[in-house]
Amino acid sequence: MFRTIITASTRPAIELRVDGRTIEAHEGDTLAVALLSAGVTAFRHTPVSGEPRAPLCLMGVCFDCLVEVDGRQNVQSCMVEAQSGMQVRLPTGARRAEESA
Amino acid sequence: MTHDLIVIGAGPAGMAAAFTAASLGLKTVLLDEQPGAGGQIYQNVTRADANVAALLGPDYMHGRTLADQMMRSGVEVRHGALVWDVARDLTVTALQDNRSFQLRSPQLIAATGAMERASPLPGWTLPGVLNAGATQIALKRAAAVPSVPVVLAGAGPLLLLVACQLLDAGVVVAGIVETSPSANRAAALRHLPAALTAPEYLLKGLRMIRRLRSARIPWFKQATNLAVEGKTQAEALRFSSGGRLHRIEAGVVLLHHGVVPNTQLSRLLRVEHDWDDAQLAWSPRVDTWGQTSLTGFRIAGDGTSIAGALAAEASGALAAVGAAHAMQRLSDDERHQRAAPLMRALARQLRIRPFLDALYRPPEWINVPADATVVCRCEEVTAGRVREMARLGCQGPNQTKFFSRCGMGPCQGRICGLGVTQILARELGKSPADVGAYRIRAPLKPVPMSSLASLAGKVHENTMT
Repeated sequence: MFRTIITASTRPAIELRVDGRTIEAHEGDTLAVALLSAGVTAFRHTPVSGEPRAPLCLMGVCFDCLVEVDGRQNVQSCMVEAQSGMQVRLPTGARRAEESA
Repeated sequence: MTHDLIVIGAGPAGMAAAFTAASLGLKTVLLDEQPGAGGQIYQNVTRADANVAALLGPDYMHGRTLADQMMRSGVEVRHGALVWDVARDLTVTALQDNRSFQLRSPQLIAATGAMERASPLPGWTLPGVLNAGATQIALKRAAAVPSVPVVLAGAGPLLLLVACQLLDAGVVVAGIVETSPSANRAAALRHLPAALTAPEYLLKGLRMIRRLRSARIPWFKQATNLAVEGKTQAEALRFSSGGRLHRIEAGVVLLHHGVVPNTQLSRLLRVEHDWDDAQLAWSPRVDTWGQTSLTGFRIAGDGTSIAGALAAEASGALAAVGAAHAMQRLSDDERHQRAAPLMRALARQLRIRPFLDALYRPPEWINVPADATVVCRCEEVTAGRVREMARLGCQGPNQTKFFSRCGMGPCQGRICGLGVTQILARELGKSPADVGAYRIRAPLKPVPMSSLASLAGKVHENTMT
């Protein structure tokens, strides 16, 4: 849905995994924009009706960009930077109860 | 006390507040949720990609001047710090690197800025529907733009600015669909003489309109009955304009109906708010120095009332001057001397506001949407359901919460708050001020329980010093 317009890249390319698939991003990208640029349409499916959602605001207000990052659930993907090797899961429904450590 | 002054937010108001306070000898710390200075308007300005900087021009790059000034001032700046609670004694609790910590100062300046007004209409929850400002953030932060044709719908200077910037970035703009009702023009005309006394914004507006016209973008006015079509993502925008039905295919639909103050923090602190009928939003009550109804708690910039980045800069500096005066670092005379040029700059910025507020006043159907439209995106509550609850006897948004969970999802009512208040006000025949707003409680954003462990044993120590 999005594409980069960087001409001479000053930010190194990185790779992360989304539901088992490898995607490419640039260091400094927010995770939300990295996902949008990698062709992820639905970031999550809602707990109420199961309908697909993706970011509305990209500024930390709408909470429609919540994903799971390295095992942490309900992370605002617009507020974290994409990191090399990050493991992202796109959630469906309500968050799982945490297993006790 | 850990500091003389805590500033929250590193946008224009926060940066100006911080370096002004430091220059007046206040031991100042600035907390900001983002990884770098700039807020939303100057997001990522200290490390923006060169071609993005060129595309956004000097208005954006001005933010770098502010960030440099802040860095030189010696202010302690903590980025990646999410403030999630402020107590009425001004103890600030924040989360950074998965640890919560507390700071306390006699003076606190919230520069938490604005957010885009929600534009609830059928289909607005589909992936591919974004606020227009969201694409600006993607551009500033990651040099990313929509890869499919976009249609922009709504009203306001930002809608036209985003259209121009996307065009410059090579995006296909399939149409601009303006929703301002025809009555807005007459109402705005009254304020034109005042706007003409500071004409730079009008000239900018005219330049944008010329740019879009010369690109021959299909442009519709006074549009109504907007709906986004699509099964699992946005495919087209349909609407009525000029007595005809239209449909524009676009994979990205950008909505915008102005920006409104983000009042989560001021609501948390229960300070006085007024309903601003010109901006159709809540406005925390402040004096010249940003002082709210809670002593020492000040708000600067668009968090009080929308006036733009340059006004925010002046207002941030004024709040810092007020804080220094309250701490006896400035005499009455010194305060007056410092404030005079700032107040002149602020007044100049405010001259165009009534004109813009009237010209781009959002249409009725955005503020009080049709029954079938979802207003609370998190809990998927429709406007009709809110009206039904009013008929059942709910007197305000905190009661409708109990019965429907409207406003109780992860966004904590940020998106639906203004809409629910206005729907209830209309239904109950009351003013928005009488209906009130959601009661906001800590944490302002969800924080991991494990992050609280770092507070153990330190709460007492910090709050007592």
